[in-house]
Amino acid sequence: MNNSIVKERAWGRPELCLDLPVWGLYCPGCQHPVGARLIAEVLDELGIADRAILIIGVGCHAFSGFALNFDVVSSCHGRAPDLATAVKRIHPDTIVFSLQGDGDCIAIGAGPFIGALTRGEMITIIMLNNTNYGTTGGQLAPTTLMEQRTTTTPEGRTADREGYPAHVAELAAGFKGTAYSARGALNNLANYKRTKKYIKTAFQKQINNVGLSYVEVISACPPNWHLSPLESLEWIEEKVIPEFPLGEFKNVDRIE
Amino acid sequence: MTEKILVQGNEAVGLAAVSAGCLYFFGYPITPQNEIPEWFARELPKRGGVFVQTESETGSINMLYGAASTGVRCITSTSSPGWGLMQEGISSIAGAELPCVIVLVQRGGPGGGSIRHSQMDYMAATRGGGGGGYKNIVLAPASVQEVHDLIQLAFYLADKYLNPVVMLSDGIIGQIAENLEIKTIDFGPLPEKDWAVRGVGRQKDGKRRMILHGRGVIAGPPYFTYVNFLDHLKEKYQKMADTEVRYETYQTDDAEIILVAYGYVARVAKEAVKMAREQDLKVGLLRPITLWPFPYQQIKEKAELGCKFLAAEDSMGLLVDDVRIGVEGKAEVHLLDISARHMPTDGGMILPGRVFQEIRRLL
Ligand code: SF4
Repeated sequence: MNNSIVKERAWGRPELCLDLPVWGLYCPGCQHPVGARLIAEVLDELGIADRAILIIGVGCHAFSGFALNFDVVSSCHGRAPDLATAVKRIHPDTIVFSLQGDGDCIAIGAGPFIGALTRGEMITIIMLNNTNYGTTGGQLAPTTLMEQRTTTTPEGRTADREGYPAHVAELAAGFKGTAYSARGALNNLANYKRTKKYIKTAFQKQINNVGLSYVEVISACPPNWHLSPLESLEWIEEKVIPEFPLGEFKNVDRIE
Repeated sequence: MTEKILVQGNEAVGLAAVSAGCLYFFGYPITPQNEIPEWFARELPKRGGVFVQTESETGSINMLYGAASTGVRCITSTSSPGWGLMQEGISSIAGAELPCVIVLVQRGGPGGGSIRHSQMDYMAATRGGGGGGYKNIVLAPASVQEVHDLIQLAFYLADKYLNPVVMLSDGIIGQIAENLEIKTIDFGPLPEKDWAVRGVGRQKDGKRRMILHGRGVIAGPPYFTYVNFLDHLKEKYQKMADTEVRYETYQTDDAEIILVAYGYVARVAKEAVKMAREQDLKVGLLRPITLWPFPYQQIKEKAELGCKFLAAEDSMGLLVDDVRIGVEGKAEVHLLDISARHMPTDGGMILPGRVFQEIRRLL
């Protein structure tokens, strides 16, 4: 490219992320809005934003739902896959996806999640895993790491009392009707780019009518981790990723 | 001559729903309502509709929530334990102001209770078991034909008020087979469902639609505060209470004692009134068709004329409380309850002779 400068947009707000005060609800260093931004970019790039319908659960992730320029339905805690099932069955030509937290998806929402996986619904589920209940002040979640302190595991998570962290991307990959399952993180540029690719692949599966697609995104929650935003990124690298490995767990073009 | 077919009350739900243009059903198996999901599973795919067997009744109600948000006419059905599981979803649908129809075929309780008929969910259906004090119109059929007609009315009322409408059936009304005349009932025009989600690019104004049930968490147009929204709901519920009361009276003009009963027991009570009239006893029947809103005014007027009341119901006594509210302390209110069943088992029923015996005792 000779000596000309390649300009890449490195900051700013995608048009689908509306300029609303809702974004200000997020704590400094929270990565939920980063996940929302990636979704907005991907849907824009795939040209499907106009026919997308977003179902949000209950938790900090839901704030993004109020600020993304999609038709949106807010569901009861954990029930987004049920709503998404109905919307997609009624309008097969729309792109239906849920945005959920870890507690929303695999604690209170385990039933609907497993139901949707069992039926192999043509929907996309994006789950933001911050290893705790952020909105309610940092309680234990199924994804809380061993020894991690939360307000309901003040001495840290123990196997005797709370069992072991739930591995949701691996679980989703085990279902026949799943077209795609991956786990990404946003703690450095390489992971950020890879996560965007995962999200894009997941929506491509829905466009191609392959099966259910799932992407889990490890998301920093500095206040409830009792760490600074920067320390949170390090903690993701040192503790969270070793427990929750990144990568694609299933990627098929046909269910057979 | 109009053609009639012999069908069960539960099957009439399906026939009525498709006549009303509803092609979307989400449900979970539970006795004694299994004929309903089975009918839809058979019939909807042929008609281009959607049937989903859900993972639980919470699944049913939340799929209904999703379906309703797209603006289509949609329905689910369940029996008593499943009704309990649906409550958070029903509260949320009421909060999101979406139209849908829910059929509750009552069985015995509490808990697993029995798998046969009863009328033990009166309060659970009319008072709203979920949080927040919302109101749903509750329709109570007493025949297979009425199941059919009221299901169609239910869809109309749901669309009119943007609110869930409940049909409270029971194991007997659901299981009996009677002649049914199938027809599409026209209740008049309804507003366009401009609020439905379909994707921003397909909205006429190109603007996003947001369907929210947590108005106190995120206030948004057209309600700018939480209380603003609740005032709107209050007004809507008052309008329903003022305009949607439905009931049937039988021989009440000169009655000294008025039976109040709904569902299968109303059929029994009518027979008892006939028996009483043959002996020149001045007895009548008031059958609420809407259990909410309840015909309090009609009961009050009769109480002021000096009538006594006998609530007959196949429960430990629930409907009787609404009769007492209507009477406002101005008349005697008696109760003939589940202890009056002809057999002390899950299969026992309240029969006309027993109701007649009670009338004799009171007069
Ligand atoms: S509590 Fe955690 S998840 Fe919620 S906004 Fe704050 S950082 Fe984000």
